[in-house]
Amino acid sequence: MRPHTYAYYPGCTLHSTAKEYDVSTRLVCGKLGIKLQELEDWTCCGASSAHSTSHLLSIALPARELQAAEEMGSPLAVACAMCFSRLKHTAYELTDKAKLGLVNELLGKEFHNATEVVHLLKVLYEASDAMPLRRPLKELKVACYYGCLLVRPQEVVDFDDVENPQIMDRLIEKSGAEGIEWDFKTACCGASLPLTRRDVVLKLSHRILSQAKQLGADCVAVACPMCQSNLDTYQKEMEATYKDKLELPVLYFTQLVGLALDFSPKQLLLDKHFTDPMPMLKDKGLA
Amino acid sequence: MTLGSITPSPLSELRTFVENQSGQKVLQCYQCGKCSAGCPAAYVMDLGPRQIMRAIQLGLKKEALGSSTIWLCVFCQTCSARCPAEIDIARVMESLRWLAAAEKSQPAEKDIQLFHRTFLNLIQRFGRIQELGLGVLYNLLGRHPFANMALLPGMLTRGKLPVLPPRVKRVSEVRKLFAKVKGIEKSPSRREER
Repeated sequence: MRPHTYAYYPGCTLHSTAKEYDVSTRLVCGKLGIKLQELEDWTCCGASSAHSTSHLLSIALPARELQAAEEMGSPLAVACAMCFSRLKHTAYELTDKAKLGLVNELLGKEFHNATEVVHLLKVLYEASDAMPLRRPLKELKVACYYGCLLVRPQEVVDFDDVENPQIMDRLIEKSGAEGIEWDFKTACCGASLPLTRRDVVLKLSHRILSQAKQLGADCVAVACPMCQSNLDTYQKEMEATYKDKLELPVLYFTQLVGLALDFSPKQLLLDKHFTDPMPMLKDKGLA
Repeated sequence: MTLGSITPSPLSELRTFVENQSGQKVLQCYQCGKCSAGCPAAYVMDLGPRQIMRAIQLGLKKEALGSSTIWLCVFCQTCSARCPAEIDIARVMESLRWLAAAEKSQPAEKDIQLFHRTFLNLIQRFGRIQELGLGVLYNLLGRHPFANMALLPGMLTRGKLPVLPPRVKRVSEVRKLFAKVKGIEKSPSRREER
């Protein structure tokens, strides 16, 4: 049995473009008796920019947060897949004693690299047997999209199968919905390129959404703010570029679990998405 | 015998750097091409990931650092997960970006490097990222002030772009961390430790 108290690292986007992920996470965890203690005064993990620029910075920034969690003595729960990846990569690299020594010197604090980093998906999955289902998501077909950073590389993130992960599908099924079988579960959405090479994001995200649509999914479930933003925010632009209709809501898995736990769409900030999920949810009798 | 236009400077210089930084054994690559086949961004790259691996083996520094590949790699790590020689190719790509940054070589995708630098400047200043500031600064520095504006109203009405900068109390610690990292990276005697 896992502990029910976690240090919690929301990361920058969960306070802005992905605040519905943060809000739904807190609601669902609260209901399931999982205590999240936000790291005090946390700072950015450096995301793709630190590891695209400086090796040392790319491990020093996440190490700062790992050290803070270590001081709290709780495992560190992370919601954003990008932050999760950076924290995991850092913990993995710092098993090298020389690097750990250098990072200790940089932080000016004692740090043993003993923090366990867990993604929220795993935390909720492990608590899902006791889930008080109030509004089972009946007849809802969900394309569970894991993206890249949660699952790869296996020896670093130790998450689930790299090519065909299951954990989100199982959690969604426990909420009463059906996870579809599809090919693009772990395909790349274009990641951090939307401001610099939008064409790449449009192409990669479009093929993901197209298949989900073709296979009859009612929505896509995600566990990463970057994936959510790419698939949802630019959906209209994809439709214009590729001259087709997608209109496929892209929701955080926590919002779907939250619905099943009887939180209202408003509480779960389901009105914050660009592709409005309300018509689909009403149609299914879920809102 | 000549090698055409190929004039490898010290043949192993580039490879040694990459191997030290990434911890990957580049010579184990036997050019099967699985990385390029699975790479979602290969279609926009000038050299495929397989060609980059070959360039490193041959010591073709200019070709590797000047490629668009190292910037268009989005670190999805599909190549790393599938490489039969168990080379973490995404790690190899990022080590080439570190070298490009350290040597101030001209990037083939200027905007991508600018985006990352702007991102880091904001972390250094505020401790966290504020997307509105990131977008504005990136647009101004990249001299495309009106790029990406179409989504702004929708983001603002949904309350997704806080206007005030984030508040981190101990932001001085972050600034010190950046300064220390820079110091170590500039000192040749300590560069080996990295």
